[in-house]
Amino acid sequence: MRIAVHRLRLAACLAASSILWSSAMAAAADAVEHTLGNGLRVIVKPDQRAPVVVSMVWYKAGSVDEFNGTTGVAHVLEHMMFKGTRSVPGGEFSKRIAAAGGRDNAFTSKDYTGYFQMLHKSQLPLSFKLEADRMANLVLAQEEFAKEIRVVMEERRWRTDDQPRAMVYERLMATALVAHPYRHPIIGWMNDIENMRVEDARAFYERWYAPNNAILVLVGDVAPQEMFDLAEQYFGGIKPKALPPRKPQEEPSQLGLKRLTVKAPAELPYVLMAYRVPVLRDPENDWEPYALEMLANVLDGNAAARLPRTLVRTERLANSAGASYDGIGRGPGLFYLDGVPGSGKTVEEVEEGLRRELHKIAVDGVTEEELRRIKAQAVAAHVYQRDSMFFQARQIGSVESAGLSHKTLDLMLEKLKAVTAAQVQEVANKYFNDDDLTVAYLDPQPLVARKPAVPPPGLRHAQ
Amino acid sequence: MRSERAILWLAAVLLFAAGSAHAILPIQHWQTTSGARVYFVENRDLPMLDVSVEFPAGAGFDSKEKSGAASMTNRLLRLGAEGMNEDEIAQRLADVGAQLSGSFDTDRAGLALRTLSSREERTQALDIFARLLQRPVFPEDVLEREKVRLIAALREADTKPDTIAALTFYRLLYRDHPYALRSSGEVETVRRLTRQDLVDFYRRHYTAQQAVVALIGDVSRSEAAALAEQLTSGLPRDDGAELALPPVTPLPAAATRFIVHPAAQSHIMIGAPGIRRDDPDYFPLFVGNYILGGGGFVSRITEEVRQKRGLAYSAYSYFSPLKQQGPFLIGMQTQREQAQEALTVVRNTLREFLAEGPTQQELTAAKQNLVGGFPLRIDSNRRIHGYLALIGFYRLPLTYLDDFVKKVEQVSLADIKTAFARRLDLDRMVTVVVGATEAQAAASQAPN
Repeated sequence: MRIAVHRLRLAACLAASSILWSSAMAAAADAVEHTLGNGLRVIVKPDQRAPVVVSMVWYKAGSVDEFNGTTGVAHVLEHMMFKGTRSVPGGEFSKRIAAAGGRDNAFTSKDYTGYFQMLHKSQLPLSFKLEADRMANLVLAQEEFAKEIRVVMEERRWRTDDQPRAMVYERLMATALVAHPYRHPIIGWMNDIENMRVEDARAFYERWYAPNNAILVLVGDVAPQEMFDLAEQYFGGIKPKALPPRKPQEEPSQLGLKRLTVKAPAELPYVLMAYRVPVLRDPENDWEPYALEMLANVLDGNAAARLPRTLVRTERLANSAGASYDGIGRGPGLFYLDGVPGSGKTVEEVEEGLRRELHKIAVDGVTEEELRRIKAQAVAAHVYQRDSMFFQARQIGSVESAGLSHKTLDLMLEKLKAVTAAQVQEVANKYFNDDDLTVAYLDPQPLVARKPAVPPPGLRHAQ
Repeated sequence: MRSERAILWLAAVLLFAAGSAHAILPIQHWQTTSGARVYFVENRDLPMLDVSVEFPAGAGFDSKEKSGAASMTNRLLRLGAEGMNEDEIAQRLADVGAQLSGSFDTDRAGLALRTLSSREERTQALDIFARLLQRPVFPEDVLEREKVRLIAALREADTKPDTIAALTFYRLLYRDHPYALRSSGEVETVRRLTRQDLVDFYRRHYTAQQAVVALIGDVSRSEAAALAEQLTSGLPRDDGAELALPPVTPLPAAATRFIVHPAAQSHIMIGAPGIRRDDPDYFPLFVGNYILGGGGFVSRITEEVRQKRGLAYSAYSYFSPLKQQGPFLIGMQTQREQAQEALTVVRNTLREFLAEGPTQQELTAAKQNLVGGFPLRIDSNRRIHGYLALIGFYRLPLTYLDDFVKKVEQVSLADIKTAFARRLDLDRMVTVVVGATEAQAAASQAPN
């Protein structure tokens, strides 16, 4: 549903952008690539298991590319991409895909915006025709915009404003980072959405939506050369644009511990911590991101990992506890720890427990057994994810959008498998200092306006 | 009419050309010596295996007094088995890259495993899986800890408008039927659960005769047969009689509740008891609901609520067929101040749909999607495995998937209109709005 990709549950972070799950698909990376004359890159990964294909167009433009006062515009534009071109009226895009037996949707993230169709392989020309059309001919009518911006406000209320832990994440990001645009929510601040104009969406579209800023990713029962020809037929005529230079917007170093409190209606408190850490830039020569990925998995990579075992099951300090690392992305990296206090415990105690688990690794290191277990999981994941064409296409698109080549995925798996216990201990010592830490507490507030549901007479026995 | 036939015919040809000359999905079915039903598809494309064992052990089998026993039994299956504590279970599964999950809904409950099919990994993962299913321990101290965790989570959930709406909705919809019970139990009933309650529930519901084993992946039929024996031979036994649920009585009258909540959005649920899984009207209702609110961006509800008026991000309807009448439900969230407007729009949409039925154009479009999109329903082991478990549990015909396209094509405008009229009466529905203003809540106290 025109999804904005958020990271509500930290444990779920592993899915999209972690090195472990990206690299795990390595050996299957028999994807073939070709660049059209206008700069559109086409990446095809054949998979003959079913007569279907996943087609995705990835624009290297996300919330990171927004300007002051227009946060959320990348995501608003994503919604507007379904609202009509000169030849395809609003709402028709999805109708035509549906009539071809297809499913379609889109997603916006910090680094990219993606559009996809899943359909029988014979219907691919329709998908290409419609995607090529809206790459160049979007109308962006004021009337449609006025309705859709209200939908986006509803989306924000639903995803963030009424979700206490999502609010904590949003405020933590805005505190941990001061200069880099990763500090802004993908969906945008409400006031920016309220004051957004159709011209803002148009400016973003004109600036970034071009074949030379896009990647077409195909996974399914298709032949690469045929796909390159088909792509040429539909996308080849679209003119490239001169893309504006991207400013580095480097995040200055943090100068000390930051703490914040978020008050929101809730029952349970919650703590979320974020440490500034490096991300993967050079898959060949970097080693720290791989070690950080292993560290996150030693802490929370499986049910036997340290945080669930120690903090939740043994000590019963927390109802839940997690760790994750965003190792792949254009902007600065963060390593997250989070937890919900157990009965009678406080956020302070959970924070202390999370710090203690990190400290133990810094002092005592990790065991060979723990590393072996995570590597076994990576090998298995490499097989499992081939069961989903959608997942494979999404992996290719997300590493590419972060500026890494899908061709380095093999290498990334090898690098990950080569991580030693000493390296994990070294990054645990090097990066987890208070000066690079931001800590957010959720301070639960009573639901003042709430009145209990009054069950009708005669139904009380069903309570 | 002519164009519809032509297009559907084309889609069907594409579909069958893509498959083999045989059934779309060759499902093998047999019973183990202990009486468990097995459903198996051999697929050698990937070196992996998905297997689940499910029982009539969902929340619908809870009693009011011990509500939550079903869910807690399922949860503790993974947290202790003969000779293995929870940490050892987690470690040994992770060591071979296996993924274990519990499955739990209103009717069904069980465990599912995804493992590599290579002998060493598979053997270790399945040995553990077999032990979890057949030799659970239900450790006392783990139960106490999980009760504390669950009660905290229930209290947290009780602050959320979606939870409050769903609990109220299902109570009004199902009244004294067990489908009205909260699936994880209530704080008070969970607090009272004992180890013996779980042991009793397990012995009664996790029996070999009730078990459904669904397997897909890189093993032979004889290997699958041996696995199914291994997973079920040590299960408790019963007399083989089906574990029945009471029928759902019709709603006596409309019931409407507005509940005050400070959230920015109102959560709206409208519905009625819907259909059983074996209902002969399943396909007319399935196709009709695609048009009404199941077809995402091309459904009427989304068109009226979202596309035309910008009232909600998500608005939908569905039938959830169960052993007894599962719910029909329309759901959406909208800014509190416009809840009444959204409610009016969606009620009018439903009223018109019930009165007029869909148009021929809508029916054609629905069939084009459902027929043309059929290959997407079975494009991965994960999805096929879901169908195997469904077919097994509800005793659907083995040809369910082969017949799917034909059954969709057979649905007529009249079928849809009649089927909806039989099931839904706008004047006898449950309506719940959580996130109402004080004034709305006060106004709704009037009898309805």
